[in-house]
Amino acid sequence: MAEGTFTIRNESGGRTLALAGDWSSLTLGDKAAQLGDAMAGATGRTHLDLAQIGHLDTAGAYAILRAVLPTLAPSPMPREAERLFTLVRPAVEEEVATRQHQPWLTALVTRIGMAVFAIWNELLSAANFAGRLVFELGQLIRSPSKLRGVALTHTMESAGIDALPIVITMNFFIGAVIGLVGTDLLRSLGFAILTVQLIGVAMLREFGVLITGILLAGRSASSFAAQIGSMKMAQEVDAMQVIGVDPYEALILPRIIALLIMMPLLTFAAMIAGIAGGMIVCWAALDISPIFFFTRMSETVEIRHFWVGMAKTPLLALLIAMAGCRHGLEVGGDVESLGSRVTAAVVQAIFMIILFDAVFAIIFMELNL
Amino acid sequence: MSAIDPAPSPVRVTNLRSAFGSHVIHDGLNLEMRKGEILGIVGGSGTGKSVLLNTILGLKHPDGGTVEIFGRDVHDPKANAQVERRTGVMFQGGALFSSLTCGQNVEAPLCEHTELSKEFIRELALLKIKLVGLHSRVADQMPSELSGGMRKRVGIARALSLDPELLFLDEPTAGLDPVGAAEFDQLTRDLCDSLGLTVLIITHDLDTLHAITDRIAVLAEKKVIAVAPIKELQHYDHPWIKSYFNGPRGRAAEESYAGIERTH
Repeated sequence: MAEGTFTIRNESGGRTLALAGDWSSLTLGDKAAQLGDAMAGATGRTHLDLAQIGHLDTAGAYAILRAVLPTLAPSPMPREAERLFTLVRPAVEEEVATRQHQPWLTALVTRIGMAVFAIWNELLSAANFAGRLVFELGQLIRSPSKLRGVALTHTMESAGIDALPIVITMNFFIGAVIGLVGTDLLRSLGFAILTVQLIGVAMLREFGVLITGILLAGRSASSFAAQIGSMKMAQEVDAMQVIGVDPYEALILPRIIALLIMMPLLTFAAMIAGIAGGMIVCWAALDISPIFFFTRMSETVEIRHFWVGMAKTPLLALLIAMAGCRHGLEVGGDVESLGSRVTAAVVQAIFMIILFDAVFAIIFMELNL
Repeated sequence: MSAIDPAPSPVRVTNLRSAFGSHVIHDGLNLEMRKGEILGIVGGSGTGKSVLLNTILGLKHPDGGTVEIFGRDVHDPKANAQVERRTGVMFQGGALFSSLTCGQNVEAPLCEHTELSKEFIRELALLKIKLVGLHSRVADQMPSELSGGMRKRVGIARALSLDPELLFLDEPTAGLDPVGAAEFDQLTRDLCDSLGLTVLIITHDLDTLHAITDRIAVLAEKKVIAVAPIKELQHYDHPWIKSYFNGPRGRAAEESYAGIERTH
């Protein structure tokens, strides 16, 4: 392909613009600007000479016409070129609207304001959802037969039982890490045996439930948001409403109740896995036999630590499931919003878990538990 | 004006075989397009119209046979960049990138393949958006804010952004109201005439077939069983073709176009 070139021949009362080579989007480069500069401020008439022109497309025709239109004189040209010029002429004649740029300060303030409003709307929507959920739960208690058994057990399997391997593995390693760090630190103080107590309290009171919660936030909050969100996009939720099925009853309640049931069970498994991980480390590093490990644990770690851990599970389950379901319902018509809602669900779920865990820690401390 | 020799046919499919496992979709399929024509492809559900389109576009590898666009094998990776620049595709729903504005959608191929300045690319995108009959403010809107018909128009604008010689349209009028569909047909015809395009349309819309196609290829029995102008196809003695063009819908569409001879 030959690059396009142009020459301007000045004549009495005007000029002739002779074009040669290919004038197409692929070969144009910065020729459009060059031609525009060369023709800037021209007066009189401009004749076009297209005898030598190669391949011309709309981009080329647009560039030429934009440069010469104010002074263009009728010129003979090939039929195809004439057609292209006719096609692009209205667009050239219409003044290209220059995009209005806001001053940066205004733009900044606008963005901050929008963000504040977005947070406020988010809070309203969360409160709205929570209220609706309480209402629906009340309805369910009045007529328990409304509960969708299949959806419930299906979610219990996919969000609960399927998560068991990862929950056990993660907590096993967390328990082992606490054991290793504790051994190292406490041995230097001469209280290596306290490692057993540390593992017991840490896993039962905090890590069992926290790690399980974070895993479920990543696993279930995202999948709830994606499932409900894609149903929303495909208008399945609308179809449900039209048929007379309440989406809260069919989609939201089974998921929330499933997590409420599964979270304590998973946490229980997590605690056992964590203690097992710690036990193996103690056995290997401190030569504490499993039998001694358990004897020591039952003597020093009170059962209240277990109950403190377990007491947190229902609320965390509720937070995870609510974040997932609520963001799923907020998905709009496009893929973009699906992506951002799924992200928001996970981030919010993890944030809430850690926040409420801290709140619980303070409350239990005040209660001397 | 085009710098391309007239010799190679825009699309030539030779002895194409496509199969999913043991399920054979095409076997010995041949198809050749002429430069400057609008060719419609029809066929019952499951006859592999979309598979054929995907194979021609190079998205799916054939299990046998060759597909050439302007004489180059589409499935030869070296030829691919050439083919990309000379063809434009409008997918069924428009397939606009949902994270970009409509204007940016149209700019995308230009940014990818040319060395034009940003400002000039933006003006060209606006030009293409106006060419397909949309207001220039559409350029700043997101695809999700548009109706289905407008999205299809933006899809065409994006397909046309590099001034391709060959345009593929997948079900262009599906989901449009009759007025919108007729306008879309007219737009296709106008663009084809003024830009000298060769157009391949996959459609079920009998009105479209009557209004704008030069020839129609009928897919059945795993191959192209007929390629002919619609007038001739109506007299073909094949059960599927008969029921397709001479059924109640076919007749209605024919009657509304009887007497309207295209001038081109």
